[in-house]
Amino acid sequence: MTGAFYLAALVAAVSTGLVITSLNAVHALLYLIVSFLAVAVVFFIFGAPFVAMLEIIIYAGAIMVLFVFVVMMLNLGRRAIEQEAGWLRSRIWIGPSILSATLLGELLYLFGSGILSQAGGITVQAPKQVGVVLLGPYLIGVELASMLLLPGLVGAYHLGRHLNSEDA
Amino acid sequence: MNAVPLSIPLAQGMLLAGVLFAFGLIGLLVRRNLIFMLMSVEIMLNAAGLAFIVAGAQWEQADGQIMFLFILTLAAAEVSVGLALVLQLYRHFQTLDADAMSRLWG
Amino acid sequence: MPTRCPVCGAEMVDLLWLVPALSLLGFLTLAMAGGWFSRKTIALIGVGSVGLSMVVAGLVGFAFIGSSDSPGQPHDQILWTWLQISGFGPTIGFYLDPLSLVMMLVITLVGFLIHLYSAEFMIDDEGYRRFFAYMNLFVVAMLTLVLGDNLLLLYLGWEGVGLCSYLLIGFWYRDPANGAAAQKAFIVTRLGDVALAIGLFLLFTHLGTFNIQDLMARAAEQWPVGSSLATIAAFLLLGGAVGKSAQLPLQTWLPDAMAGPTPVSALIHAATMVTAGMYLIARTHVLYSLAPTAQTAVAVIGAVTLLLAACSALVQRDIKRVLAYSTISQIGYMFLALGVGAWAAALFHFTTHAFFKALLFLAAGAVIQSLHEEHDIYRMGGLRRALPVTFWTFLIGAASLAGFPLVTAGFYSKDWILWEAWASPLGSPWLWGAGVTGAFLTALYSFRLVFNVFFGEAKTEVGSRPGLMMEGPLIVLAAGSLVVGFLEVPRALGDVSLFSEFVRSVLPSFETTASITTELALQIATMLAALLGIAAAYILFLRRPGLVTAVTGTVWGSALSRFWIEGWGLDRLYDTWFVRPFLWVAQTNKDDLIDRVYTGLAWLIRQFFAALHRTQTGQVRWYAAVLAAGSVVIVALVVLS
Repeated sequence: MTGAFYLAALVAAVSTGLVITSLNAVHALLYLIVSFLAVAVVFFIFGAPFVAMLEIIIYAGAIMVLFVFVVMMLNLGRRAIEQEAGWLRSRIWIGPSILSATLLGELLYLFGSGILSQAGGITVQAPKQVGVVLLGPYLIGVELASMLLLPGLVGAYHLGRHLNSEDA
Repeated sequence: MNAVPLSIPLAQGMLLAGVLFAFGLIGLLVRRNLIFMLMSVEIMLNAAGLAFIVAGAQWEQADGQIMFLFILTLAAAEVSVGLALVLQLYRHFQTLDADAMSRLWG
Repeated sequence: MPTRCPVCGAEMVDLLWLVPALSLLGFLTLAMAGGWFSRKTIALIGVGSVGLSMVVAGLVGFAFIGSSDSPGQPHDQILWTWLQISGFGPTIGFYLDPLSLVMMLVITLVGFLIHLYSAEFMIDDEGYRRFFAYMNLFVVAMLTLVLGDNLLLLYLGWEGVGLCSYLLIGFWYRDPANGAAAQKAFIVTRLGDVALAIGLFLLFTHLGTFNIQDLMARAAEQWPVGSSLATIAAFLLLGGAVGKSAQLPLQTWLPDAMAGPTPVSALIHAATMVTAGMYLIARTHVLYSLAPTAQTAVAVIGAVTLLLAACSALVQRDIKRVLAYSTISQIGYMFLALGVGAWAAALFHFTTHAFFKALLFLAAGAVIQSLHEEHDIYRMGGLRRALPVTFWTFLIGAASLAGFPLVTAGFYSKDWILWEAWASPLGSPWLWGAGVTGAFLTALYSFRLVFNVFFGEAKTEVGSRPGLMMEGPLIVLAAGSLVVGFLEVPRALGDVSLFSEFVRSVLPSFETTASITTELALQIATMLAALLGIAAAYILFLRRPGLVTAVTGTVWGSALSRFWIEGWGLDRLYDTWFVRPFLWVAQTNKDDLIDRVYTGLAWLIRQFFAALHRTQTGQVRWYAAVLAAGSVVIVALVVLS
């Protein structure tokens, strides 16, 4: 299992790096899906099989499909790739990289300060336990999430409808 | 519950989460294309979810997974609205360049 | 049996509140709804409201005098309590006694005549409605002042009079000079008003009431004669009176107050405003009896003012300015009378003065209007034939002002004052001498006006002629200027004392020790002063005008003349010593150190804003970067702490 973790972690990191550097949106999406799949494996290893399934179904499935749809609708072709190539000069990587590296360093310093300690193996949290907790103490959260999703749905519909009516 | 014997330190899971988050941040700051910026945001959200899962494993609680579920919901809502906005903006400006949309300049 | 009102059945005296209320109603109607009315309706409301006030005042007066069971009994009508705070409950109440009755009757009668005159005089003015609204309010304020039974209400009327004078002097506000004159009147009288307010506070803190009658009674009880508190209070009230009545040293506003329409001048000079000071001192005369120093100051101020103003009146070219200085001078006579304890004489002079001064101003207004707004008396002349009614009435007014013996009201009132200035225990030959000199000067300048304006050759074409509405009031006032004097005729000349008997209950007189021969001798001296003055005027201004030019041609003569024209240089003095230093301080203080702190703060905030403004680029990535940098900093704080 240790080897599987390191492999998955490597795949996730590399594919994510490719996402943010690739010029073609469709390629980037494919890398992103790979990254999500790798993260799903990591979830499984850390004893969360239910969430690993959801990661694949919703993240890698539904959400990414949305992206694909939009990219297809916008019909970004060669011109967009050239545009991206024009934008991505090496110079502009410097600032964000330093900023992110600083943040990462700080986070790692916090994690390395002994909060996390290995205590034996990992306990698998089965879907049933997740469900019990989710619909028990976190019921309010579920309601709130549903209240978030409904405006999201309505908002997306509203913005999209406008587009369609003008298209027609 | 069966405890899987595992010899990786949980800190390394956190390291992965941090790295992914940093990548997402770099992507968000570097890319000018709105689609890529949205993808970077997805990466960052996912990294945060990973951190929750690792923390849940640390304390052997299901709460981490619950948090991930909420993040998932948030991401779904955000992406649907965000992408609709991207479509509108593209119609309006005929470009996906975020820097071109700076009319909010105060 | 008290007299009852034929309409409402109430006791007649209880209608007192209607006197100011009717005029107030006129003001409110004109101010709020007058925009819809025609000029005729406006005049009807404006004149009619004061006319009704006059009628009611007359009825109340008759009831007051004629009530069989208690003739001349003071009547206090309390309408309601203003506010009630533990032990302090000022009332809205009107107090009727002979003093306030005389004031009320004169104010409403003369005020009504002036209103009637204005209805024609102002007919072409675009601010017709505004004019009548202000005039009505002026009358209301003055009535409140004289009828108020407590000092607080009196102060309300006092300030209301000040406000109305400001509004009316600056009536033609499009000309900045008029606005400046209005401001001057307001600010200069304000100086006196501050003294008056402090005086009121002092009286209230020490005597614990605002009711004038209680106040006087308590003052007489608690303060011995000559006590410092009484003296201070009397001096503070005197400060207010000096400001309002345009006496030295606060008289400078009155000549400039000519900027307003002529009926306004008539109202200010005759019926309202300037007589308020005299009324205040007469009303609080008990206080002055307790403070001989203050009372002497009143007499001296009066004597000096009457001489200075008479000299200035002698050399003015503007007909209205001559009359303005003559008012200052005549009020000086009233103060002189108050100062020697001749309260009734002061009130009597106020009454006669109201008639002849209103008459003179209105006649002067008619002359000015007939000559196309010509004010300079040296460009008038020969109007005797062109404006006969105006001429005869003006002549009567001038004769009354000059104190022409035996037939005019002015003679009797002035003579009374002079007699008292000599014979009163507080009087002195010096005061009498000043008064007689003033009488001579008065005759000189008033007939200087008559001869220059109505005699000689015509120098300006006569345009319009005054109509019936203007001439009517002139005739009534002229009759008053002659007849009113016979209410009080001295012992040697017929001995009528209706007026002094009537007011004796409020304004006590004193027993004279001087013989009737002395009195007659003094009277002959007064007559001679007036006649000499008229004769001198005849010679100097009609027969031999060369004499005057010869005198003013010399270096000293022209310098003195200029000095007098400027009102003894007091305006310039005040300008140099008070106005300019004050303006300088204000100018300097405009951006002082403390101000700098605030402007500096504002500058800093603007700079801060500009800096923050630059961070608002409108670019999403920039915002995201700032957000990330912020988290870096916050996490760094957590890490390092």
